[in-house]
Amino acid sequence: MVKVEFLGPIGKEPMEIEAKTLADVAARLKEDPEVAKWLEQSAVAVNDTMVKSLDIPLKEGDRVSLLPPVCGG
Amino acid sequence: MLKIYPGPLPVSELLSEWYGAHYDENYGAMVNFVGTIRDEGGIDALSFDIYLPVLQKWFDGWKAKLESKGALLMMAHSEGDVPVHTSSFACAIFSPKRRVALEMLDAFVEDFKANAPIWKYDVREGKRIYAADRSTPMDGSGLLAGDG
Repeated sequence: MVKVEFLGPIGKEPMEIEAKTLADVAARLKEDPEVAKWLEQSAVAVNDTMVKSLDIPLKEGDRVSLLPPVCGG
Repeated sequence: MLKIYPGPLPVSELLSEWYGAHYDENYGAMVNFVGTIRDEGGIDALSFDIYLPVLQKWFDGWKAKLESKGALLMMAHSEGDVPVHTSSFACAIFSPKRRVALEMLDAFVEDFKANAPIWKYDVREGKRIYAADRSTPMDGSGLLAGDG
């Protein structure tokens, strides 16, 4: 299982899902309308490192974080 | 040095602390930026969420970049509510000569706006409303929206 966290304004409790790659995570999240609407505008971190490829392999206990649009300052 | 404060920043203390710690280390320039909440749009305050693990990595990347130019970087940001006319963001760069500090401050603040994992909300009548129209998708956004 990997843990998926939704940061900032997404405002959703973390979920645990079966996934071997980020592509699996994407497929699962697209099924949830509450989350799907954020996917186009969200960046992704795996274990707190920003990632840019769906081919990233995931292992048991990994954390995937969704980071929606930001505005510090 | 990255510091997070609950509520408004103690700006005078921070600038004094940063200046006091480095003024005698032969840096010819200290350039700083302070962001203050304006009274506009009927807001009482702005409010901020921060994801510190990624923010720290982002900051450390900039710190290393500045160090490679012989410069120092420091930053403070608020978490939670920050009332109008108080400040939520401060940063400073020390460099041997002014050009590096001035140019890097501009580049740092621009990247901060685009890629620091901080989320802003308007506070009106006790309600916290995500500032979606002023927010920017981070680099790499949309990864999970592609053909998965």
